Amino acid sequence: MSGRNDLTLDRRAVVATLLRDPGELLVVTGLGAITYDAGAAGDRPLNFYLWGAMGGTAMIGLGLALAQPTKRVLVLTGDGDMLMGMGSLATIAAAHAPNLAIAVLDNAAFGETGAQSSHTGLGADLAAIAAACGWPTTVTARSVDEVAALQPRLRSERLFAVIRISPAEVARHLPPRDGAYLADRFRRALGVAEH
Amino acid sequence: MPQTTWQADAFAALKRARIAQVGYVPDAGHSHLIKSAHADPHMHTTVLTTEEEGIALAAGAWLGGHRAVLLMQSSGVGNCINMLSLPVNCRMPFLTLVTMRGEWGEFNPWQVPMGSATPAVLTAAGVHVHRVDRPDEAGEMVGAAAALAFGSGVPVAVLFSQRLIGTKVF
Repeated sequence: MSGRNDLTLDRRAVVATLLRDPGELLVVTGLGAITYDAGAAGDRPLNFYLWGAMGGTAMIGLGLALAQPTKRVLVLTGDGDMLMGMGSLATIAAAHAPNLAIAVLDNAAFGETGAQSSHTGLGADLAAIAAACGWPTTVTARSVDEVAALQPRLRSERLFAVIRISPAEVARHLPPRDGAYLADRFRRALGVAEH
Repeated sequence: MPQTTWQADAFAALKRARIAQVGYVPDAGHSHLIKSAHADPHMHTTVLTTEEEGIALAAGAWLGGHRAVLLMQSSGVGNCINMLSLPVNCRMPFLTLVTMRGEWGEFNPWQVPMGSATPAVLTAAGVHVHRVDRPDEAGEMVGAAAALAFGSGVPVAVLFSQRLIGTKVF
């Protein structure tokens, strides 16, 4: 599963597919390119973008999913962020939140810092790790068709998905990065702001 | 005896503050709180593999309209530092209750460095630090810390002194 031969998908097209017609989908994105991809797909109040806090994206998704059990939560992040928060795969599997799915865009590299090989390029398989942590369903997608098939499943299942993408850099698209603004507009859009 | 009393007071303060999610890395000093949280139908408990997960969990809970607390030991504070940029940067409330090691009568030298550094490290990272030394102040202190965190949107830590908890002996 690891290696670099299957890294062909265009990340921006993948994220555009996953976030098409988002409705009330609650989206949390990990720092770096995935935040730019989500912004490029269309900025919206129910997107919470991280620009730091590496390793924490999936756990934010869990706290949100537990607080909003009737809504769907989608965590979109990269292999570096997921590797840093690898323990959270066990924590989230143990928490059994049925309304949370995670999709990791895996380019097998630390793209923001000079494209050094990450562990997924050196043999680690995040989908297998998630399965071993107790995730009931894990998927690895490598083609446009597989990504299209994944889109509805990420909005209905308790699913951990790895999507193998090209490590090629794409143009930066910078969504808002003021954390207080992002948190406040998210809570207001959700109707949970206390004042 | 006084042990369960101050812990019960702390739990009652969390209930009054409408805490709905409890993330924890276990510690003997938190065992009563953890047990009470598990038994409470209005609290969702999450056992963590490392303490910084609890900061991200609390941030997600807040985005979704829940109030959360993180229970940990002083040794775990060091694991949290960069993740504290999340509540600080997003001006989110964050509440943590920390049981202290490495101070009063500590027998394990490995607990001492992080125990000694805990208040300074939290302060440097932007966290307001309260400390409980006497059993009778636990409930009031947790209540005030929760009011500060959720009312003013800042990170707050309550340190339970090792003298209060009782020195661990083998």
